[in-house]
Amino acid sequence: MDLRRYPGFLAVTIACLVILYAPLIVVTIYSFNGSTSITTWGGFSWRWYADVFTGPEAPRFKAAAWNSLTIALIAATTATAIATAAALAMVRGGRFRGKQATFALINLPLMVPEIVIAVATLIFFATIGLTTGYLTIVIAHITFCIPFAYLPIAARMQGIEAHYEQAARDLYATRWQAFRLILLPLMVPGIISGYLLAFIISLDDFIITNFVKGAGMETLPTAIFGSVKQGIKPNIMAISTIMLALSALIVTLSYFINRSGQKARA
Amino acid sequence: MAGPVAGKGSAAGADYRGIVGPLLLPTWVVIGIFLVIPVGLMATYSFLTKEFRGGVIWDFTLAAYDQFFLNRGLFGDEPPSIEWTYLGIFWRSIWQAGVATLICLIVGFPTAWFIATRPERTRPIWLFLITIPYWVNLLIRTVSLKFLIRENGPLNEALMGIGLIDTPLPLVNTNLAVQLGLFYSYLPFMVLPIYAAVERYNFALTEAAHDLYASRWVTLREIVIPAVKPGIVAGCILVFVPSLGAFLAPDLLGGAKTFMIGSLIDEQFKGSQGNWPFGAAAAMILMTLVMLVLILYARAAARSEAR
Amino acid sequence: MGWEAAPEADREYMTTAVDIRHAVKRYGDVTALHGVSLEIADNAFFTLLGPSGCGKTTLLRLIAGFEDLTEGEIRLFGKDIARLAPNHRPVNTVFQQYALFPHMSVIDNVAFGLKMKGVPPAERRDRAGRMLEMVHLSAFADRLPAQLSGGQQQRVALARALAPAPRVLLLDEPLSALDLKLRQAMRVELKSLQEQTGITFIFVTHDQEEALTMSDRIAVMSAGRVQQVGAAQDIYEAPINRFVADFIGETNLLPVTVGQIAAGRAMAALADGHQISCTAPEGIRPGAHHVSIRPERLHLAPAEGADLAATVERVIYKGNDLQLVARSASGEELNVRLPNSARTDIPAPGARVGLTIEEGAARLLVD
Repeated sequence: MDLRRYPGFLAVTIACLVILYAPLIVVTIYSFNGSTSITTWGGFSWRWYADVFTGPEAPRFKAAAWNSLTIALIAATTATAIATAAALAMVRGGRFRGKQATFALINLPLMVPEIVIAVATLIFFATIGLTTGYLTIVIAHITFCIPFAYLPIAARMQGIEAHYEQAARDLYATRWQAFRLILLPLMVPGIISGYLLAFIISLDDFIITNFVKGAGMETLPTAIFGSVKQGIKPNIMAISTIMLALSALIVTLSYFINRSGQKARA
Repeated sequence: MAGPVAGKGSAAGADYRGIVGPLLLPTWVVIGIFLVIPVGLMATYSFLTKEFRGGVIWDFTLAAYDQFFLNRGLFGDEPPSIEWTYLGIFWRSIWQAGVATLICLIVGFPTAWFIATRPERTRPIWLFLITIPYWVNLLIRTVSLKFLIRENGPLNEALMGIGLIDTPLPLVNTNLAVQLGLFYSYLPFMVLPIYAAVERYNFALTEAAHDLYASRWVTLREIVIPAVKPGIVAGCILVFVPSLGAFLAPDLLGGAKTFMIGSLIDEQFKGSQGNWPFGAAAAMILMTLVMLVLILYARAAARSEAR
Repeated sequence: MGWEAAPEADREYMTTAVDIRHAVKRYGDVTALHGVSLEIADNAFFTLLGPSGCGKTTLLRLIAGFEDLTEGEIRLFGKDIARLAPNHRPVNTVFQQYALFPHMSVIDNVAFGLKMKGVPPAERRDRAGRMLEMVHLSAFADRLPAQLSGGQQQRVALARALAPAPRVLLLDEPLSALDLKLRQAMRVELKSLQEQTGITFIFVTHDQEEALTMSDRIAVMSAGRVQQVGAAQDIYEAPINRFVADFIGETNLLPVTVGQIAAGRAMAALADGHQISCTAPEGIRPGAHHVSIRPERLHLAPAEGADLAATVERVIYKGNDLQLVARSASGEELNVRLPNSARTDIPAPGARVGLTIEEGAARLLVD
């Protein structure tokens, strides 16, 4: 008898997965609908994908996608660099004054509700007179991406025992060499996870971007939001499916990178 | 094994001890300037006078909070009584977030338990399946859910198709739709901490309980749940807090009757109808509420750790 | 840097490799070392022995440079190294958990120290290869550490630490993660490596058998202090205090009253009135003390004329010998080791027996 098994828990788990996946699967299926109506099935077709790239709304979506990608790239890269330096100090810096406060500061973007960050950031830019647009989005994204990059990086660093670096120092490596040759290579999986998480969080953000984007500036989420306000159209489903595939790809990638990292450590 | 040292943060820490300042400077600067100062400014704005085209006049006043809490009649000349409009919106938000948290717990606990008791080899696959949707854009997920449950959407068609219902269920624009949306948005936040707690749970305790004549469900109630409670509480916080200030689910899935804090704040900053000081005040009240929950949680966690 | 091995001629007389003077280490309110002073001779196999928490690992890490001294001095071949970073000290460490770099092959691990010292690649590869040969792992050069067994990883760690030819090798309980058979084989291998290379080994362990079999000299530590320093035989045969007598091997500790002391000998009265002749360490004064008698130095004898009288409580069979547990008239427990031989007369529980103490085997102890 397996004491860990409770009747019905499997059923709940399956139900849970069905609820999580059903909407995504349905939208994926309907994105291939040949009909112009979203309610009736008009046979399999790629027409809405073609519409995304060449249709009347294509330039708008292309510009938005370009903005989203470049912003995510800049924000994730900057946030990862900042977070890696912070993790070095927090995990390997011993005890120092203000450590608790710094920890709270790093996690602040996670604790303050998104809508509050959005309001505060908008007020800040308005007060200092910075015109809202691309730059303000980038700054806001870097700020709230820091904790998301920090968490996997710090977790990974905590998992790497100090004695590897001690051994390197013992074998005549300087501080910089011990970092570059030992700690950094061992941290790569954590850094990649942190980077990808920050990238996806940036790509995902709607509320804060919507507040600080200013007129005429769109990222993919704000463009999609603008469209669905007038009803869900099939081309939105095609875009959704593309983004879904992209997310799945990134997650799978990070999953395998993490696993190979764990294997090397074992 | 000998000696009080050996291990994390002790000696290799010495390597970075001298340069902690430069390493942390970027973090302090970025979060300090672009989050801490803005929140301070927001607090200041909540005490300023509104400007009609959006923005503020630098005259200090309690008008925003007065408007939030007190009703002085249509012309502002009646004796003040409590204003229920905004408190009602806050109360509804708390209620909606609470129900969503409860649904997440009811579904999340068995799921986390089930995954944590799988063989070690298959556990990551189950976890992976639970977390993938979280990685998909929240807006897209919410739109997809709306597409699925709308009046003549696939769900209603399917239910009518198998003869379970005769007329489509009016799901969209209801409280239930918003709760479902919040549940769908934040479920992984419930599953992951509970999973982590169950994975650490010492199953010898279950065996001991059974050995001492406890049944399965009694064991769950008396032994397991107290042991994994920190995970459950963490999961509830992680779902409740973002649900409280959520914008997308209530905005897309709800209607006027399901108006929540997020939308109330959002409205104050859109177009000429806006009222920045009032929006800032509402955001301050929301933030205070959330910080209160987090402080209570941190206190409880510290207390249980001390034990 | 001037750390090259001393010229042959200088090796004639005993050089001090490591000289520790009044080393104090505090972590906040906790004091891990209370002023330890030790001289460790060059070319020796020196062991720091003690229970966990006694400060032996802290002392080792101070020598390696992973910790900073609170007070005191550490000299390496006469040079004060207390302020030097680990990478500037000509000492290498074999870590308890080996700390092999998981992302580098075995040969790269072994060559790491040489690379850091700026040895050219060809020579590096050559020297690392010879080190692997020495520990019989040449066939595994291109594997990753995770692909080796525990015993193999341990030998790689050893080769890696020896490759840069340090003046002193520090070993932090390197055998504790191995199983018994492997551990015994490695003891022999370590000892012969030390003799082959002539490098000073400072070995930390809590295992007294390990310490006794390998070391030239042993420092027994407890509660952040050195209790006794000496060769294996001194420590075992002539423990100076209760801690050392009790920690090393098994012993009978009996309370006694000491009368006169003269020329290192003393007569001591047991609680039951028996008088026994003991060796007395220097500085001991008449009064209440403890005497230590090893179980193998007690022998069964006829009750008349014996040093001690006791009643047998039980006899425990231990394979190669027998342990006899008896109780003296004053209630002290006495353990006696008997050879497991057909010639041994084994008394039954309840029997009254006499015990004689070998000449010089009873030692008075400082508390």
